[in-house]
Amino acid sequence: MLFLLFMTFFKIGLFTFGGGYAMIAQIKEIVVEKNKWLTEDELMEIIAIAESTPGPIAINMATYVGYKKKGFWGSLMATLGVVLPSMIIIYIISLFLDAFMENKYVAYAFVGIKCAVAFLILRAGIGMFEKLQKKTVPMLIFSAVFALMIVFELLSVSFSSIVFIAAGGLIGISLSLLCKKEETV
Amino acid sequence: MIYLILFLEFFKIGLFTIGGGFAMIPLIEETVVAHGWLTQGEFFDLVGVCESTPGPIAVNMATYIGSQQGGLFGSCAATLGVVLPSFLIILLIASIMKNLTNTKAFKGFMEGVKPVVTALILATGVLFLVKAVGFAGIGKFDFDPVAVIIFALVCGIYFVYKAVAKKKISSVALIIISAALGIGVSMIFEVTA
Repeated sequence: MLFLLFMTFFKIGLFTFGGGYAMIAQIKEIVVEKNKWLTEDELMEIIAIAESTPGPIAINMATYVGYKKKGFWGSLMATLGVVLPSMIIIYIISLFLDAFMENKYVAYAFVGIKCAVAFLILRAGIGMFEKLQKKTVPMLIFSAVFALMIVFELLSVSFSSIVFIAAGGLIGISLSLLCKKEETV
Repeated sequence: MIYLILFLEFFKIGLFTIGGGFAMIPLIEETVVAHGWLTQGEFFDLVGVCESTPGPIAVNMATYIGSQQGGLFGSCAATLGVVLPSFLIILLIASIMKNLTNTKAFKGFMEGVKPVVTALILATGVLFLVKAVGFAGIGKFDFDPVAVIIFALVCGIYFVYKAVAKKKISSVALIIISAALGIGVSMIFEVTA
């Protein structure tokens, strides 16, 4: 099991381009759909926790999944697995960076990879949207955050996504405490 | 002692940045420029490389800067530094999680956070796509037909595979195909241009 955790996260680390959000698509596919180590709801919880705690999302997720499956050693192996491919690849690249970026075919391949990364993130996002409760409050929160993210990016305003998470969480807590019936949330 | 400095600086970066790799970029920039490890221009090149190579962006940046400043052991020290805070904090949370998730307040919190996370991911996907096809800011649109063609092909392959094989194509296969498409389509454009 420890070896399986290591290999699974090694593979996730090796084939995920574009950082934490891109990794969510991979983790969903491998950890939830294939290995069934987590349910969809647990994944959502982990994303929220990973987003609202310090550090790279991928590390947070690997540590959490590893711990859940096999305690401390599981979390260590999963984290080591997800970090090792990047370390090896970037270490090699750091030795030949200039020559690497000047290679025409490397640049061409990255044009394609960027498109696939965008597609994978969109697909993961659409999948999550379909599972959202189509009620007033969640839909309002969704629309507001989506619009603000796009507007801030267009205006080049740097804005920490933690603020959105905290605001969403506060609204959720307030509603759950104010309303006696959970259905009204 | 460069190894200790690398470890401590990246530990600080790992500890104080919430919200993943993209949130770390400004803090890493401040640190490396203050130490004179990289110029601002070199730093932006590095961000490009780290975004387009596999793995967490923060780990990629720590490994690269560590390697430049202290060789193999430097890269290990910086990476360990950036990973350790997350690792310890998540261990703590995971070990108390069973009680935490059953509380009413936490359930309410999650109900509020779910639409936020969904919106963040969808917005990131949309922004990735518009940047891939050449958007660089308002009034700075450098349209890239190659990217549009590849994106359309990637969508086509995904849906055809799903219809024919009755299951989803794996992300890894899609990335490998897209790299080949990137080289192929770019070369066709180069020849015809």
